[in-house]
Amino acid sequence: MRWTKYLIWLTAAAAVYGIVYLLAHVGIVSRFFLLTMVQICIYIIMALGLNLITGFTGQLSIGHAGFMSIGAYATGIFVVTFGKPVSAALTELWGDRGVTDVAYYIFILTSLAVGALAAALFGLLLGLPTLRLRGDYLAIATIGFGEIVRIVLLNTKALGGASGLPVKQSVDWATAYWLMLLSVVLVYNFVNSSHGRACISIRENEIAAETMGINTTKYKVMAFALGACFAGLAGGIYANHMYLVHPNSFGFLKSFEILVMVVLGGLGSVTGCILGAAVMTIMNNVLAPFPELRMIIISVLLVVMMIFRPNGLMGATELRLPFRRASATGAEEGSGHDL
Amino acid sequence: MLQLENVHVYYGAIHALKGISFHVEEGEIVTLIGSNGAGKSTALKTISGLLRPREGTMTYVGRDLTAMSAPGIVRLKLSHVPEGRRIFANMTVQENLDLGAYQRRDAQGVKKDAAYVFELFPRLRERRTQVAGTLSGGEQQMLAIGRAIMSQPRLLLLDEPSMGLAPILVQQIFDIIRTIRREGTTILLVEQNARMALSVADRAYVLETGRIVLEGGAEELMSSPEVRKAYLGG
Repeated sequence: MRWTKYLIWLTAAAAVYGIVYLLAHVGIVSRFFLLTMVQICIYIIMALGLNLITGFTGQLSIGHAGFMSIGAYATGIFVVTFGKPVSAALTELWGDRGVTDVAYYIFILTSLAVGALAAALFGLLLGLPTLRLRGDYLAIATIGFGEIVRIVLLNTKALGGASGLPVKQSVDWATAYWLMLLSVVLVYNFVNSSHGRACISIRENEIAAETMGINTTKYKVMAFALGACFAGLAGGIYANHMYLVHPNSFGFLKSFEILVMVVLGGLGSVTGCILGAAVMTIMNNVLAPFPELRMIIISVLLVVMMIFRPNGLMGATELRLPFRRASATGAEEGSGHDL
Repeated sequence: MLQLENVHVYYGAIHALKGISFHVEEGEIVTLIGSNGAGKSTALKTISGLLRPREGTMTYVGRDLTAMSAPGIVRLKLSHVPEGRRIFANMTVQENLDLGAYQRRDAQGVKKDAAYVFELFPRLRERRTQVAGTLSGGEQQMLAIGRAIMSQPRLLLLDEPSMGLAPILVQQIFDIIRTIRREGTTILLVEQNARMALSVADRAYVLETGRIVLEGGAEELMSSPEVRKAYLGG
């Protein structure tokens, strides 16, 4: 049962990949479509990370773009610094053959890992002192963090300062897509592990969680570092795809946009995250030709959404395959009447 | 089993516990009674590591609790049922119980204890897959106690289990408290309902504004004129 489910999801994921690949190969879909696809993948990974922090552990963070920019810059610097020598060394070793490309691809994947780890480290450093703060105070502290990162990068000449850091494009939509799927699987498994349960119990009731013997500080910091790690990965993909990393691409508004995606999809829902990120990105891109109307339309949609579905598109539930679950149906009968 | 010696606790500048000392022996039911703001809940929170004493010592089964973290204290088989129940409202009854067994790794034992909890509270078995927030107040209290039992406590701290419950439910909860003690768990009970608390307890301490003003056997206190006047309505 469990494996059939995995198999169905995997087949679906592979099918989407196959279809897009074919369409792109034949030239039916535009480059704009593929760009949108990469953006969706990036924002899904971002939203998954923020959902770990805000949706599952209940810590309001509005500085997520800060972690993204740390990931993007770490990856970018890594690629800019080591890209040429590594590429030269590989060509010397194997010449102009497939092996070289594969080896260089592994180098690029390493650069993504560097970005993710750098962001996770900052998540840890920020989480340790700030997670004693609650609710709005934590939100303000994280806004401050995001702005500090932006301003520091903007004023650091060595990293390109206000003109940004140019990075060669070496990640295509397929890599972004598979990394996004990997992130989904990782987050889904984390959330359904005992660690994930511990995080959710902190969101539900921190004092009760503590009296259950859950180390709440440890799990809050863990969620923060993990969330930052995913943001860093997303930043790395961004750096390797978008040609230019610029501090102002990761401002407060970007953080806010990610939060909107998570809230729109449903706090505490992995599939909700995917949906929210996809809907927001597609809306942003489709409405791009009407910049003066775009924000109005999106805002109105959000207001309508909060009136009719205040818990987001998915609420805290997951989109599931329509299998009947024996235990769940038994439960409905038991709860038919109340006192 | 549990020994507090001259414990002082502050909330910022407010001196909440002004040097309280008491002890709980294995197998007893001991109750702390007193009015609002006397420091009863503060005492329990301090024992379970949610608050830190500024002065004084606390020992439990020979271990010093004073600097121990809340998870470390749960590991010593000391469980706290906090005031106002504090169940995980969006989780099912079963998930709440599973979280109670969070620190345990013996799946078989956990299963057995879940069966024991369902035996104590048949209502919870009926509502096993129901979301806990939709339970009635009494059922939520049962769940909170059941959840604490899942960590196999040797000492159970109960904070106002009768709060906001109908008299018949209060009676039920106190019956369960007796049963839990009979099964070998020591209980430290905090109550405003002094009559009920004294009827179930072996010994009692009376708290007033952060100090213990009276102590003794439960029956003895029940008949003491001061206690009758102040807490039992004459």
